Amino acid sequence: MSSLRHRLRRSTFLAPLALLFLVAGTAWAAGFPQNTLDPTSDFGHQTHRLFTDILWWEVGIFVIVEGALVVALLRFMHRGEKGVPHQLHGHTGVEVAWTLAPALILVFIGVPTVMTIWRTQAPAPKNSLEIQVIGHQWWWEFRYPQYGIVTANEVHLPQGRPVHFILNSADIIHSFWIPKLGGKRDVIPTRTNHLWYTADSVGVWPGQCAEFCGTSHANMRLLGVVDSPTDFASWVAAETDTLPVPPSDSLAVAGAQLFSSPAKLCITCHTIQGVSAGMVGPNLTHVGSRRYIAAGLLENTPTNIAKWVSNPPAVKPGALMPVLGLSPDEARALAAYLTTRK
Amino acid sequence: MSASAAAADEHYTSTGLNNRKMVFWAFLGSECMFFGTLISTYLIYKNHSLNGPYAHDVLNIPLTSFSAFVLLMSSLTMVLALASVQRDNVRGAKIWLASTAGLGCIFIGNQIYEFTHFVTHEGLTLQKNMFGASFFVLTGFHGAHVTGGVIWLTTLLVMAFKGKLSSKNSLDVEIAGLYWHFVDIVWIAIFTLVYLIQ
Amino acid sequence: MSSVTATATTHVHAKPKSQSGVWSWITTVDHKRIAVLYFVTAFFFFVIGGIEAVLMRVQLATPNNTFVDARTFNALFTMHGTTMVFLALMPLSVAFFNLVVPLQLGARDVAFPRLNAFSYWVFLLGGLFMNSSWLFKAAPDTGWFGYANLTSRAFSPGHSVDFWMLGLQFLGIASLAGAFNFIVTILNMRAPGMTFMRMPIFCWMTLVTSFLLVLAFPVITVALILLTFDRFVGTSFFIPQGGGDPVLWQHLFWIFGHPEVYILILPAMGIISEVLPTFSRKPLFGYPFVVYSGVFIGILGFGVWSHHMFSVGLGPIADSVFAITTMLIAIPTGVKIFNWIATLWGGHIRPTTSLLFAVGFIAMFIIGGLSGIEHASPPADLQQTDTYFVVAHFHYVLFGGTILGIFAGLYYWYPKITGRLMDETLGKIHFWLTMIGFNITFFPMHLLGLWGMPRRIYTYDKGLGFDTLNLVCTIGAFIIVIGTLALMWNLVVSLKKGKVAGPDPWDARTLEWSIPSPPPEYNFAVLPTVEHRDDLWERKQAGLGPIPQPPNAHVHMPNPSYWPLVTAFGMLIFFSGLMLSIYMAIFGFAFTIFGIYRWAFEPAS
Repeated sequence: MSSLRHRLRRSTFLAPLALLFLVAGTAWAAGFPQNTLDPTSDFGHQTHRLFTDILWWEVGIFVIVEGALVVALLRFMHRGEKGVPHQLHGHTGVEVAWTLAPALILVFIGVPTVMTIWRTQAPAPKNSLEIQVIGHQWWWEFRYPQYGIVTANEVHLPQGRPVHFILNSADIIHSFWIPKLGGKRDVIPTRTNHLWYTADSVGVWPGQCAEFCGTSHANMRLLGVVDSPTDFASWVAAETDTLPVPPSDSLAVAGAQLFSSPAKLCITCHTIQGVSAGMVGPNLTHVGSRRYIAAGLLENTPTNIAKWVSNPPAVKPGALMPVLGLSPDEARALAAYLTTRK
Repeated sequence: MSASAAAADEHYTSTGLNNRKMVFWAFLGSECMFFGTLISTYLIYKNHSLNGPYAHDVLNIPLTSFSAFVLLMSSLTMVLALASVQRDNVRGAKIWLASTAGLGCIFIGNQIYEFTHFVTHEGLTLQKNMFGASFFVLTGFHGAHVTGGVIWLTTLLVMAFKGKLSSKNSLDVEIAGLYWHFVDIVWIAIFTLVYLIQ
Repeated sequence: MSSVTATATTHVHAKPKSQSGVWSWITTVDHKRIAVLYFVTAFFFFVIGGIEAVLMRVQLATPNNTFVDARTFNALFTMHGTTMVFLALMPLSVAFFNLVVPLQLGARDVAFPRLNAFSYWVFLLGGLFMNSSWLFKAAPDTGWFGYANLTSRAFSPGHSVDFWMLGLQFLGIASLAGAFNFIVTILNMRAPGMTFMRMPIFCWMTLVTSFLLVLAFPVITVALILLTFDRFVGTSFFIPQGGGDPVLWQHLFWIFGHPEVYILILPAMGIISEVLPTFSRKPLFGYPFVVYSGVFIGILGFGVWSHHMFSVGLGPIADSVFAITTMLIAIPTGVKIFNWIATLWGGHIRPTTSLLFAVGFIAMFIIGGLSGIEHASPPADLQQTDTYFVVAHFHYVLFGGTILGIFAGLYYWYPKITGRLMDETLGKIHFWLTMIGFNITFFPMHLLGLWGMPRRIYTYDKGLGFDTLNLVCTIGAFIIVIGTLALMWNLVVSLKKGKVAGPDPWDARTLEWSIPSPPPEYNFAVLPTVEHRDDLWERKQAGLGPIPQPPNAHVHMPNPSYWPLVTAFGMLIFFSGLMLSIYMAIFGFAFTIFGIYRWAFEPAS
């Protein structure tokens, strides 16, 4: 990285364009949590290196070709009407030269491209953590078969260990993408796609669906949480802890009853381990521990949960979760209960 | 090939090829892509069926071989029809145009029989499985092309009976012939790829 | 068919035909009038597509905006893409095909004048059909690419996808009919002596484009037919639950869609290959190489479609192959750009508005081409695909390229069809506002994409770093709007008040400038005999001047006809019927057949 910055400093006068790209990418990383120019995984670094190398070729070509255009205009702008310039029809040598020159440059772009394709699409390492990703309109389901964890919209990755995403869709085509961790891969019904990488630093990175998937495509967000190995272990422990925590305050108790009541329909779509087994919506067993609800739309607070359950389509247009006709008190009770599901 | 017969009526063109004949060749190029895509779709999907009946359960090769023979013969009669028109042999033109259209009708009749048999006896419909869908769409569009050809030939036949068909407008027949031979060739491709190589 | 015999100039017919009034426009088969109809209609749709774009930019100006709702936004970007590609850019190019190709070839009309009128009417009715969906609150909202299986009945009930699917199918007929016509016109109607290597580049690019249309459109036709069966008959061609494969749609769409990209850009490349030599007073540098590279781009265009699908997971072999074929396209494209610059080099460059737009084309197209190389590399593309980086890329190619090229052609050929020059001051205001507005709108999108902003999102959250640049983009869009208003004003006032052009206002090179502006209905009273490439220019240099054209010649021209319109109308009924009622469809089909029969048996001249 430092050598890159060095090169960049030396040639800024040549490359305002590249400067814009790269400085923008690296310097303001904090304010740009989906920045592809500041990757934090091996996969991300490989594709980014390719991007940067191609960008430098492009900067060179840009400067030469646009420069030639500008020089041609400045030198040969002619306001007089009389006179005819030399009628040059062409020059075969020049044609051959500028056919071969781009071809040669393409070798320097094509070879690393193909090598990176094969490297990044190699089979996942044996020791990788498998995570099944299932796209739904408009939320993400994550399953960790090695641990028996089922969760939604917030995917936890251990730092330094390869993670192998196995991608499927429950309905239509989506695309799984956490920009800081690497490129996207489509999530296609009846096809199984693969994507694997190793996150190299701890962080919380937002991502979103990258293939248009209907009304609330913009609201199909997710959170990639890269934990240190110890944090990841404790997250796994919390998620696999199936002992029900009995709700203590009366509001939460009322909420628990509402959730289980067939009349309120919660249990037809949602799973809470030991309570219900619905498969349509996200698994809510540990919903209280997530940072966001509604696929990244709302912060996970009791007020927001109440807002969501009262009228989901008002928060997420087209949401398949219907308006259940809950009273404000009922919504608050449900929110209190779900918040306890840590 | 025989533009000279009608050359007196034709305009100057840069290539010497008549405009209408050229546009028809371009149209047939487009049609090649059309049937090429349909045939590819069939080949991709024929083994994608989740349930039967499958191709080898239902396809009747003797019947379709007969259809292929009929269509090949109709290409022959088409050539004879054009030759008659070019020689101002109106009687021959009527006979051979009628024969071509008639053979086309036999082909369509066979296809109607085949389709009805599949639907009523084999339970194969468009909606049944991927084989059914791609088979009916491919062969159905070919059948529709044959039907269009029969209507075209019938129009020429009516013109012949009204005395409006002579060597002067043999190009009308020639272009209809191009179309007919093309549809015939497409059938050979379909017959080979769909029926013979299952 | 026009009487284009070598000695046909003596056909004298005292048969005056009505030359004005609505009826004369409805029944016209004159390629120049059809060009005007095409231009006016396509420009109308261009404005509609632009309004859709501006509405989207307003919505995206601030995070979590609620100016339009999600469904409306999705309809806006779907219709913006569909409108700009099929109803604005392609038909604007066809307007130039119609106006320029017969004139440049030295022909009296296209090969099939009535088929030409038919193309226009189908385009008009198809465009209205597609846009009428707004009135029924059923505007298509699944993207211009309509990826399966979102377009299936289960996920898109109602008629929105029907409007899109049937509308595209309908419009495809217009494109195909036009392409057949121009292939034959260019191959067969060249003036005596005009060999292929003497033919103007614009005609060459029209020819390549027409071949691409003829070979690419049947593929989307089949894809749309299969989708129609899925939606109306209950098959599962693209529905995974029934055994279909939604990815097949993507293959079929892009086997069509990538050649379509060249269908959009090659005509503009042809335009600037005419404009640059004229305003440099120099022949096009490396004419044969520009021709061959255009042909080569056309051929390669059929072998690169999967670069739109690198995120699908086609495997390393397919990714590598399509990466290489895609990169190869950079070579002929580069050759073209180098030859254009070499044409300017050493010339006497006159900075007319037309030339400025042509130069703007080169400058912007280079940027679009360079960002395209990033997408050609699948690993890099995995970060860029479906982000605003791609939006920036293809707007640099289709706006910075095609639209600027079309503007260059507009300022160049406007005097030929109207007889008056467009205002240069307004033209330069238009040029600078467009260039500045365009770059303010689209350059920041590169960065937005690289910062992780996906395409086709109706809103975005605070805290992602997208706020400032999105506002900048929106401001840029309004600058483009002001520039376009300057153009519209210029188009209108110059019609009456522009400087009278005369036959050859630019001291130009090709045959269309050897006849009066506007040209007489028959174009050439005496068909020119061509001895050189840039024949007019060579004659002028030799001190000969254009071949003299006797005024008020009586040349027998094809009769006007309303059967093309009737036939197109029958097709409109048929396609509407597919959506509404089978009886209506049958009636429409019969009506179409009726129209075709009357057309076929109507005496052409």
